[in-house]
Formats: sequence, structure tokens, C-alpha cells
Amino acid sequence: MLELKSIYKTFNEGTVNEKKVLKGLSLSLESGDFATIVGSNGAGKSTMFNAITGVFYVDAGEIILDGEDITFKKEYFRSKEIGHLFQDPMLGTAPHMTIEENMALAYLRASKGRHGYFSRVGKKDKEMFREHLKLLDMGLEDRMKQPAGLLSGGQRQALTLIMATMVTPKLLLLDEHTAALDPATAEKVLLLTRNIVAGRNITCLMVTHNMQQALSLGNRTIMMDSGNIVFDVSGEERKKLSVEDLLGKFKDNAGKNLDNDRILLSGK
Amino acid sequence: MSSIFTVSILQSALELGFIYSLVVLALFISFKILNIADLSTDGCFTLGCAVAASVTISGHPVLALFAAMGAGVLSGFITAFLQTRLGVESILAGIIVNTGLYTVNIAAMGFSANLNLFQCESIFTMAKDFTGKYFGEGVYKILVTNGWYKLLVLVVIVFIAAMLITAFLGTRLGLSIRATGDNAAMVKASSINPKFTITVGLCISGSLTALSGGILVQYQKSCDINLGTGMVTIALASLIIGETFIGRGPVAKRVVGVIFGSCLYRFIVAIAIRLNVPAECLKLVSALIVAVAIAFPYIKDNARFTKRKYAEMARRKKGGAD
Repeated sequence: MLELKSIYKTFNEGTVNEKKVLKGLSLSLESGDFATIVGSNGAGKSTMFNAITGVFYVDAGEIILDGEDITFKKEYFRSKEIGHLFQDPMLGTAPHMTIEENMALAYLRASKGRHGYFSRVGKKDKEMFREHLKLLDMGLEDRMKQPAGLLSGGQRQALTLIMATMVTPKLLLLDEHTAALDPATAEKVLLLTRNIVAGRNITCLMVTHNMQQALSLGNRTIMMDSGNIVFDVSGEERKKLSVEDLLGKFKDNAGKNLDNDRILLSGK
Repeated sequence: MSSIFTVSILQSALELGFIYSLVVLALFISFKILNIADLSTDGCFTLGCAVAASVTISGHPVLALFAAMGAGVLSGFITAFLQTRLGVESILAGIIVNTGLYTVNIAAMGFSANLNLFQCESIFTMAKDFTGKYFGEGVYKILVTNGWYKLLVLVVIVFIAAMLITAFLGTRLGLSIRATGDNAAMVKASSINPKFTITVGLCISGSLTALSGGILVQYQKSCDINLGTGMVTIALASLIIGETFIGRGPVAKRVVGVIFGSCLYRFIVAIAIRLNVPAECLKLVSALIVAVAIAFPYIKDNARFTKRKYAEMARRKKGGAD
């Protein structure tokens, strides 16, 4: 589904601040893969996401999504197929537009080819939005006419998740999307993520700093360090791994301890 | 005092209010929805005046309004092009276009600073003839003799424009434009191309501004190169007056607020004139109204806080706590 072929990215090239962030990174995701990504500070996790979504063009290498070369496609073109959730819940929804309008926007934009510039959502679509919101169990289905800005961070993040997946994307990128939420809400959003991703077989990449999550969610775990993948595990081998094993693997492969000021070693 | 509020004052205030409400609607789109301070409004308004005046003089009053709108779209497009494709700051882009438009406007008026439309057919004379032809004497008396037909024409035009804009802002493109001004980060990560949505938004805004100018010259039967001067401030004031009174909420409600604000502003100016404010002071009066209108919500908030503060302080003193 997604293929990164030895991509390179250097920031501030030729200056004293030159930073080689991605150094020949290659990654291949099968359709339906749900991979968690862990790594130290500055390992290039977010840079990899930005390369995939097209915030910048990579210096070298290819990015292929579902057989289509998107290396030099514009950001807004790629985001038709790629859902992206950030750590900051405020980034995913328009605060002065109602919940219904936010969902209408996401829905009308994502369903490719079916909706022209002047298409609107009908009664049926609104009913469908309501059904989606009901799944959240946050009472949002009764607040559809309220501005999204009135929602709490967790509610907004849940809404963003619904908006990103209402029309199944080819790829879903989750960049620590629960890190800014309180533990109970984070748990809820995570459960929702798991249900949606598994239920619709969405190909997904998720950055997390929670080691337990990294092993328990999805079917594959990827460790990154200084611009490359140092450890990639899936299947039976992954099921047997404990958090300690994972940290050990990192030390073996990266030659240093996993150093991250936000890392969470325990589960809850 | 009762002589201040005559029917004819109300009538002309409403007429002007409805004409200018189209500019306010334009600013609602650029300033409130797209969150862009588009300063090309003054020039764009005059452009609408100039183009419509020239076409009206050549005998096509309806075509004149469409020509004005077309010119407005072009002006909006250039402003948008400067800021989305050439990296010019949005405020600067508006100022540049505004400056350039002065020459364009003079040219559109045949290199003269004013035009006279007294003998020309306009949408208003057309409406008058229409009433005479198809309606009975009673209707004719109310509409034409009492002069309400102008207002009726304006209400119809503004109503159509407001309906179209409200409907448009619920479409895929309209929602995208709203999101562009509401959350830039979200737009970046979604499939919206902000360059495109900003361009469309400013083109619509430009066409409304120019349409307003076009209607104004037909209404007052003359065109002057300075008609648009200060328009952006006046429209902004109307916008804020409307928002203060009607409040925010669904788009339809806000559009009503826009029209209401524009009418109320004209009413205030009409009263100022009525109170014998000398003509040369009118700009100052306008500026004062604008400043007060913009400051009002802030002062109201502040006053509420201060009141609470003093009430609380008084309560503590009395209670002798601590």
C-alpha cells in the first residue's frame, strides 16, 4: 500500500545548521498493516510523516502510495487519500464551524470524484454523520449544530478521527494523537482508533511514546533512530516481545539506549 | 425631536443601507470568513462605479451591473494572485491593487473624474416603467409616487445575493473557503488548496463590492472618482455593528446581521446630517462612528469585568474577610 524507497531529507543544507534527518529510509507497508512507530528524540518520525504527506519534497528517493508515485505531488493532492492526526487536537477541526459543517467538509472532500464544487450534504448524509458520532458515545450526536471550538480536546480529537476515516483513506497517519489528552480520554480515543482501523482494515502508521501501546496495538512495530529504521518486528516474534525486550532490541540495533524525554515505559 | 425620524429619512437610509450592504457582505467574506484584511475595497468599489457608469451611459443598465461584477472579479483575482502566487503580504497586495485601480478607474470613466447619468436609463427607471405598465394606480401610487420602488428593487437584489452567498457557503467549495480562514493548520493537512480557496473567495468578494458601486451610481445618477474613498472603514464598521447587535451563529444569521448593520450605520449617518452637522465634518463623524462601533464590544466586556471587580471588592470590604 505504502512504499518508501530510500528517501533522504536534509534541512538547512550547506549551512552550519545542516541536519540530515532522513538517511536512506525505506519502508514497505502492506494493505491493512497497522504499524506503531517508536524512536528517540530527533529520530525522524515526524519528518517521515511530513515526507509522506508532502509538507516538503524529499531530496532523494521515491514515495509510492497504492501503486501511484506521489513523490512530487502537492500536499493537498495527497491528503485526499491520506488521513493525518496530530498531537494537538486543535489542528484537526475548524473551531467556528459547527460539528456538522466540519463533517460535511471532510465528507464532501474525501469521497473522490463523487462531489463537485457546489455539492452539499443532504438529510441522508447528516443522518450518517449522526450514526458516526453515536459510535463515539460522547453525546456529540445531539450537539451537531454547535461550533467545534466548544468541544474539549478529547472530543475534538475523536471528531477529527471520525472525519479522517468517514471515507476510508488509503493511509492513516497518527502522530501521537492521544499524547495531549488526559489518560481516560486518551484511552477512549485509542480504543476508538483500534476499532475503526481494525474494523475497516485501514493501513495505518502510528507514532507513540508508550512502549506498551507500541506492542499491543496493531500488527507491526517499527523502531527508528537517526533517520533510519533500526528494528522492525511483526507476527509471532512481536507477540512474544515484552517492553524490556523492545528496549534491549533498540540498544542492540542502535548502539545506545532509547533516549526520549517523553517515553512511557509502563502501560497505563 | 420627532422631526428627526421622518419617513423619508428612514427610506433613504434603508436604500443606502441596502446598497452598501453588498460591500459589507464582501468584507464579511474576505475579512470574517477568509480572515484576510483586503484593502482593495475602496478601489474595487470605485471600479464598479466607473465600469457601471460607462456601460449605463451607453444604454445597457442591466449589463452595466454584470460588467461591474466582472470587473470586480478581475480585481479580486489580481489581489489574490499577488498574495497566493507571488508571495505579497495580503495587506500589501490590497494596497497595491487599490493604488493601481485609481488609474484603471479614471480610464474606465474615459479619463474624466466624474460622469453624469441623469438622462440614462437605469434599473430604477426600468422598475418605475415596469410598475406603470403592469400595476394599477394604487400600487403605482405607493411604489412610485411615495418612492418605495427603489427600496423594493434593492431589497430584491440584496435578498438574491444574500441567499446565493448563504447557500454557497454550505457547499463543498464554500465550506472549504470557510475552513481556510478558520484553521490554517487543518487546511494544510486536508485536501484543500488554500491558494484556490483564497482566490475564489476574493473574486466573490470583489464582485459584490463592484456590484454595490454599480448600483450606487445608478441610484444617485452620477459617478465620481472618489466614491470609494473610505469604503473599507465604513463597511468594517457596519460589519461590526451588525455583529454586535445580531451576534454570531449560523451563516444565515450572520448575513442578516451584515445587512442590518449596514442599514443601521446609514441611519446613524442620516441622523447626524439631520442634526445639521456641517458637510465638511461628515468624514470625522463617520470615523467616530467606526471607532465607537469597533470599540464597543471591547468596552462592554471591560465594563462588565470592572463592575464585577468593584462589586467583589465592595463585598469583601463589607464582609471584612481576612
